[in-house]
Amino acid sequence: MTSALQVIPAATLRAAATVASHNGQYRLTAMFANDERPVHGYFAVYAIFTGKGEPACKTIKAIIKQDEPLEFPSLTPLMAAAAWYEREIHDLFGLVPFGHPDLRPLVLHENWPHGLYPLRKDFRPDMPVPEGGGQYPVPSVQGEGVFEVPVGPIHAGIIEPGHFRFSQAGENIINLEAKLFFTHRGIEKAVEGLPLPMALYRTERICGVCSVSNTLSYAHAVETMAGAEVPARGQYLRVLAAELERLYNHVGDIGNLCAGVGFAAGVSHGSRLKEQLMRLNERLTGNRFLRGWVTLGGVHMDITRDMAQDIQQTLTGVTRDFAELLGLLRNNDAFLDRINTTGILPYQAAVDLGVVGVAARASGIDSDVRRDFPYAAYRDFSFSVPVYTSGDVAARLWVRADEAVESAKIVGQVLDSLPSGNFKTALPPVKPYSTAFSLTESPRGSNLHWLMAGEKGTIYRYFVRSASYPNWPALTVAAPGNIIPDFPLINKSFELCYACLDR
Amino acid sequence: MLNLFRKIIKTGRVTEHYDSGPVPPRFRGEVVLEESRCRNCQNCREACPTGAIAFIDGKLIIDNNACIFCGRCIEVCEHNALAHTAEYRLAELQGQLAGKIKSILHRSLNIRHIDAGSCNGCDWEMTALNNPVYDLQQYGIDFVASPRHADMLMVTGVVTRNLAQALAMTYEATPEPKLVMAVGACAASGKVFGKSYAIRGAADTIVPVDIYVPGCPPRPAALIYGLLLALDRLGGKHK
Repeated sequence: MTSALQVIPAATLRAAATVASHNGQYRLTAMFANDERPVHGYFAVYAIFTGKGEPACKTIKAIIKQDEPLEFPSLTPLMAAAAWYEREIHDLFGLVPFGHPDLRPLVLHENWPHGLYPLRKDFRPDMPVPEGGGQYPVPSVQGEGVFEVPVGPIHAGIIEPGHFRFSQAGENIINLEAKLFFTHRGIEKAVEGLPLPMALYRTERICGVCSVSNTLSYAHAVETMAGAEVPARGQYLRVLAAELERLYNHVGDIGNLCAGVGFAAGVSHGSRLKEQLMRLNERLTGNRFLRGWVTLGGVHMDITRDMAQDIQQTLTGVTRDFAELLGLLRNNDAFLDRINTTGILPYQAAVDLGVVGVAARASGIDSDVRRDFPYAAYRDFSFSVPVYTSGDVAARLWVRADEAVESAKIVGQVLDSLPSGNFKTALPPVKPYSTAFSLTESPRGSNLHWLMAGEKGTIYRYFVRSASYPNWPALTVAAPGNIIPDFPLINKSFELCYACLDR
Repeated sequence: MLNLFRKIIKTGRVTEHYDSGPVPPRFRGEVVLEESRCRNCQNCREACPTGAIAFIDGKLIIDNNACIFCGRCIEVCEHNALAHTAEYRLAELQGQLAGKIKSILHRSLNIRHIDAGSCNGCDWEMTALNNPVYDLQQYGIDFVASPRHADMLMVTGVVTRNLAQALAMTYEATPEPKLVMAVGACAASGKVFGKSYAIRGAADTIVPVDIYVPGCPPRPAALIYGLLLALDRLGGKHK
């Protein structure tokens, strides 16, 4: 995609962001900081905007010199999407976004000592960190008959950890406050200084079910820096991997949605079909989550003619079965009654929060990275992007259903036109302190990875913004007004990763 | 409703015994060493992303708990001394608690899952145990909602700083006698992401662990093998 870089002093960030957003034509896609003191003598705050104009991407780099006060004007009053990014920058770098309405800790919890910033370069990984005894104030709603329901971080099912605080009037949710980042592993810091190929294995493990998408984003960024051209067969096989990942996720997610309404037969069929797809993954790559397929410069292994046939056969069976499952759901009034008009995310809220992926398309935003900023071999395939406007649980379910069908079609096209030749190329060396970023469409939405190389092909700074990052705050918009028993259903329909978000 | 019954009947029975499922040829199982071929060049140790390979007294040792089965060591070995096998039954039992559990619990087991900082890969494989293909309940094993109802905790992920307290409190809340299973390379070794300010280490840095199940993530069959091993229900069939 085409991109433009603008370097400005931090004090003018708000004005520059106003111009870059171009009356809302460009949306804030990511914001992060970088400690460039050892290289350039300053801290930098990056804000990346993407839109459908020319250039497709505008990056603002705001500079905070060492001897200046460590602060920058907050963008949150202008664009709600900036809120979490700025809290994260405040936590990890100690740069203060002045004018931010809510600077509670986000990534580091109250167990972290005040005044210690782990992503600064002078913080060494082996430094002992004492236990902090801070507070995490949670806003609550006061009034007669209003009560609070605390949930988590350990939940009642097999699910990732997060803490939710519901303010309730009877069964109705008045307010939802989510405290997350429990699975924060500090991956961005832990990969600093590692050789680029070695960090790939950690990238692959940021999230179990977005493994291919995350690895692809990372590989694209490295390949851009190195100026490498991935051979056509490699590009096609990457599309195949990405679509197989979308398929098993979407099919499984639709099954899981049935669990939200207690429709056991739907759960069984969904999980059975997901199992068939995961076994296909294991036959192709040796790993049920497709790990180890995508590598720097292409893919790690080829598929044989038998495997292509196996894919085709498995998908034919699964899509037929899946259509039958959808037929059961479409005609089930009890099911439709639970999902229609439940957990509505309005269009404007989705735009303001920068929501991506299935959740965005279900609220009427027509965006898909595969079509808008094509990568790998997506230019060569025809597929449609389903858009619904009701913004409810049902819309998110039908977007997934339609997308799964499209994915199967893309896989068919890949297998029909798979070019011969190499599937991998060697990477030329990467220039020190060069930067690159990349967007890919995971089953949950766009994943953005930003990289700055260090000396001798190592990592200087790695930033990951997963699809779940802008989508999580949307859940707290969609839940209020619904009854608490519908919350698991609403939550499932967004299908938010905690691991991707927390890193 | 009729369509639903038709679909259920048409689908028929899909449940399998855990180890009757096929292990595909590309599956990356246990890494084994052909000792006579090893030239002690230590390339594999340097290539390993998680530090699972060590040379002790000139002998190559692979720590299955830390291995993510990526195959890098096999690729860089110029002497073809290393190879994957199809073996996924790698769970190992520690300590003496297991016999005691068996005498009290007999043939049932209730499990509480705790995500201590995982990538959700292991969690999804645990979810898969409930699908009709693996149908964990056929072994008398089930997942429960509260640690108060549990006989075993299955811990996934490296223990993060933000979850250490939750893990310790959940362990406290589980009645004696209790088992703890560390699921996957993160919980079993704590090494997958290297040193980080946000990571406390493996599950056993916070709570005592009785069963280690290697894998990244372990396939569902490997998890069931670990569970049956803990319950001493394999009857000497394996290993």
